Amino acid sequence: MATITYRDALNQALREEMRRDDKVFLMGEEVGEYHGAYKVSRGLLEEFGAKRVIDTPIAELGFTGIGVGAAMVGLRPIIEMMTFNFALLAIDQIVNSAAKMRYMSGGQFGCPIVFRGPGGSALQLGAQHSQAFESWYAHIPGLKVVTPATPADAKGLLKSAIRDDDPVVFIEGEMLYNTKGEVPEDEYTIPLGKADIKRDGKDVTIVCHSKTVTQALKAAEQLATENIAAEVLDLRTIRPLDTDAILKSVAKTNRCVVAEEGWEFAGIGAQVVDVIQREIFDALDAPVLRVTGADVPMPYNKLLEKAAKVDAAKIIVAAKRVLYLA
Amino acid sequence: MAAPATSKSRAPDASIVEVHTRYLRQMTLIRRFEEKAGEAYSLGKIGGFCHLYIGQEAVAVGVMAALRGDDYVIAAYREHGHALARGLSPRSVMAELFGKATGCSSGKGGSMHLFDREHRFMGGHGIVGGQIPLGAGIAFATKYQGGDQVCACFFGEAAANIGAFHEALNMASLWGLPVVFLCENNGYGMGTAVARASAVVDLSRKGTAYGMVAEAVDGQSVLAVRQAMDRAVVRARTEMQPTLLELRTYRYVGHSMSDAAHGTYRTKEEVEEYRRRDPINVLADQMRAGRYLDDVAFKALNDEVLAEVEDAYEFADRSADPDPSQLFADVYARGPGKVS
Repeated sequence: MATITYRDALNQALREEMRRDDKVFLMGEEVGEYHGAYKVSRGLLEEFGAKRVIDTPIAELGFTGIGVGAAMVGLRPIIEMMTFNFALLAIDQIVNSAAKMRYMSGGQFGCPIVFRGPGGSALQLGAQHSQAFESWYAHIPGLKVVTPATPADAKGLLKSAIRDDDPVVFIEGEMLYNTKGEVPEDEYTIPLGKADIKRDGKDVTIVCHSKTVTQALKAAEQLATENIAAEVLDLRTIRPLDTDAILKSVAKTNRCVVAEEGWEFAGIGAQVVDVIQREIFDALDAPVLRVTGADVPMPYNKLLEKAAKVDAAKIIVAAKRVLYLA
Repeated sequence: MAAPATSKSRAPDASIVEVHTRYLRQMTLIRRFEEKAGEAYSLGKIGGFCHLYIGQEAVAVGVMAALRGDDYVIAAYREHGHALARGLSPRSVMAELFGKATGCSSGKGGSMHLFDREHRFMGGHGIVGGQIPLGAGIAFATKYQGGDQVCACFFGEAAANIGAFHEALNMASLWGLPVVFLCENNGYGMGTAVARASAVVDLSRKGTAYGMVAEAVDGQSVLAVRQAMDRAVVRARTEMQPTLLELRTYRYVGHSMSDAAHGTYRTKEEVEEYRRRDPINVLADQMRAGRYLDDVAFKALNDEVLAEVEDAYEFADRSADPDPSQLFADVYARGPGKVS
């Protein structure tokens, strides 16, 4: 297996799928000549030409709608959001057009499209450029929501998202692009809707996704030195949610912490907690705790930002509390 | 498109008679259909929002006449007339308004979301201006695949103030997309007159900002609409260039069924004034002057259309509701979505 960055894994997925199917095209701000604001599309314009790698004006609502229209008649657009912060300008097209097209047309028009780009907290980018939106999209029937944490998952999941016949919101971790990991040499895909145990454990389950997977693994490592075996369960796909995997793990450990970068109110963790209490209430030895971003717009100041963000230390505290050790 | 016959000394061309009779029939069908829909709404057969097209019929009929069967049509939420002019059966449209399984969107769309794959009718869309980028996207796909289909993209004049309009027109012009933007200016966005909402009231001028050919058209004359659309279609199909057409028209009825025809934002006199240039009468008068329509023939046509509308109403009324099992169908391509 080759060790490559998350960024290059995404690039490989785009390249392979564009080679496989000429209905796939990439559209967005700076995706062509500039190679993407985060360099995910490096070399694609050179290989596939301007017909399939399309630089747009700064007009998220417009080019997102153009992508949805193209998907209605059978193309497979990949719409790059320079960041998901800007996708708010396009959310009408994602929610009111893409997500609902199949249903409100009585099944006549689908929308095989991927909306992808970075999301989650960044580093000192302030309130408007550092936030997690997966719970917004996960709320919407008709959308699928994917949040890969590792290079291998990023590649396999993006390939599945591109081949999927439904609209997929694919949120990449803004702070993960430079992280490295092993990626299989041979072609592979990872099915949407399947969580993955990133570390086995028997004492407490840490449910996480995207960047919090890295933090949960770090926390688990630290906990192991104190003889606490934490299981790290990476959701990978938020919708559809792999409830079976969550229930199986928590039924084993009897204790659970849910970590996410987003805000607490109506967050992903709320749904996870609901499923656990509803399905396996008797298996719980402690209330499930959540670790989330602080309920504030992201501050710029380094110390305040650190206080607002999820990190391994906060996950460790929560894990110990569900074990009644803190 | 030939000009209407004007000379009394010469018998009108048979094809002109046929074409004009078809337009007259389609406009009358839409008028009678919408009157019946209004009646059904009052009886509680149709729920939710219901926006009638009465007064604007020449626009949909004139535009559709210039299209091929494999072209695409997309519209906003006042789209019953567009669906009928495009060739959807009155039965399938009325059944959709009734929310029945036999409706063109299987009862899941309703008045604002009429869809029909066979007729490439890409929907009624309910968020003002939302369908404008979609129309550009359909045209993008045509160009991408090397086709020569045109997308006719309808919207009301109030949508020309929203960002989606400007972003879509810019990219359509920048990328040379085969789309015709059809701005139906009926004078009011709900109850707000154009001059109270747009700094530029000559709306066709908005095309200039994007280097787009634009034209203001008499939307009460089906023949004028057809001719302008013919020019726009050629531009799209053969030159891959979009066009903005502003079609000046008027709705006699309220914005929706809950809005009175006149009172708060416009006067009865104004509505009456516009009724004098009723699109159906404008064409019928022309046909009478050319001596290829008389009262007997017009009444026969109207009776025929009334029977068709009555049939559609009865069909919709006796059709079954969607099976309850359909609630979770078609949310996703394969099976219901598993949430938790």
